[in-house]
Amino acid sequence: MKFYIALLIMGILTSNFVLSKFLGICPFLGVSKKLNTAVGMSAAVIFVMLLATAATFPLNKLLEKYDLGYLQTIVFILVIAALVQIVEIVMKKYIKPLYNALGIYLPLITTNCAVLGVVILNIDNIAEYASQGVTYGFGHAMVNSFAAGAGFMLAMVIFAGVRSKLETADVPKFMQGLPITLVAASIVSLSFLGFTGLVEGLGLLG
Amino acid sequence: MNQILIAVIIVAGIGILAGALLAILSKIMAVPVDEKAAALEEILPGANCGACGFSGCSGYAAALSGGKTENTGLCAPGGNEVSAKIAEIMGLAAENIEPMTALVFCHGNNDNAKKKMVYSGVASCKMATQLFGGDKACIYGCLGLGDCVSECPYDAIQICNGAAVVNPTLCRACKRCVNVCPKHIIELVPKSHATAAVLCKNHDKGALTRKECSVGCIGCTKCVKACPNGAISMDKNAAVVDHAKCTGCGACVEGCPTGAIGLIMKD
Repeated sequence: MKFYIALLIMGILTSNFVLSKFLGICPFLGVSKKLNTAVGMSAAVIFVMLLATAATFPLNKLLEKYDLGYLQTIVFILVIAALVQIVEIVMKKYIKPLYNALGIYLPLITTNCAVLGVVILNIDNIAEYASQGVTYGFGHAMVNSFAAGAGFMLAMVIFAGVRSKLETADVPKFMQGLPITLVAASIVSLSFLGFTGLVEGLGLLG
Repeated sequence: MNQILIAVIIVAGIGILAGALLAILSKIMAVPVDEKAAALEEILPGANCGACGFSGCSGYAAALSGGKTENTGLCAPGGNEVSAKIAEIMGLAAENIEPMTALVFCHGNNDNAKKKMVYSGVASCKMATQLFGGDKACIYGCLGLGDCVSECPYDAIQICNGAAVVNPTLCRACKRCVNVCPKHIIELVPKSHATAAVLCKNHDKGALTRKECSVGCIGCTKCVKACPNGAISMDKNAAVVDHAKCTGCGACVEGCPTGAIGLIMKD
């Protein structure tokens, strides 16, 4: 149980995917203008991350059985691309407004490094935790993926709030638009450094 | 050899599986696309000006194909050509659109109209109007700060010497300037025949108008008497031309002592 909580805290706060690992920056800057699209996008990402992990984690066993670890990236990308297509089809049918609001960023989840990142990190975690004497199974991988997605959502929601303040701020002309957004993103990222050592401090990791 | 074969089989297998799944899902989850609306959107000018009263071109296309409106003649920028094409697709009778152009009913530029103050605020007619009705002495006149210029999707309006002027060849009669002008001095006039227009909306008494502007309508009613067709009437000290009755003979233009009446030529 402690390990699950540790994974959640790590994924959401201490090693946040967007703000500490700098994965998934493209939708982070692209869709964070409005709160509702930011939440919709994050929900889609969480969903895809969970699905992708559920599909790729067992698949990895198959790959390892035949000693095909080098095919990891290609196979995972293939699976993720198919999953994103499915999400897109389902969303177009049932949640049309969200589909319209996400626009190009929805197909771009396919190449979202956060999704590929989380599935590959899950595989890497197996060896890493095994060296510490901890087994890292399917359940852990799913919790880790959810935490990564929730961390993405947290970053998106916080940043949507920051950007709504930026809208009314008196920004000097040379900083308007993307420059001030990037500066704001880096400050938000800096603030997440404050969580460093939280998991170790709480004694959640053995 | 065996190694390569297994790798190929696994990757190809996953690919075929994913492909089959997607093919099945896209059939089950297919969203019916309205072909008529898509075809109509192709025809419409795509300026999204809102002259039709719907939210842009796609809104009008959806309303037509959805049966919300049967009027094919709502797209003023597209004119009769678009109306005919819409009628063809929808199987409706083509509605005739009279070609119109926007016209600024004021030519009180910096030479003609006096100013009552120096305005150095936000360059917006809407803002300036809130401050004693703007910097012009005449509160009915064009402020020349260009709210209509920035609103026009066709670049048909210019500010010439402190008053807005519409270029009728570029104007597509979308009414955006008509709605945005805080002085309500922009109106649509027909382009299909020559017509006179009293380019002043000043409702003050003649003596006051004369002090404010050299080209204002002073309400002398000379044009009303000069018109052979009875097309001109008076509305609170300002003459108004009925464009349906006006033949564009120009008798009123000659009769006007201040030069407030202009003649709009055909096309």
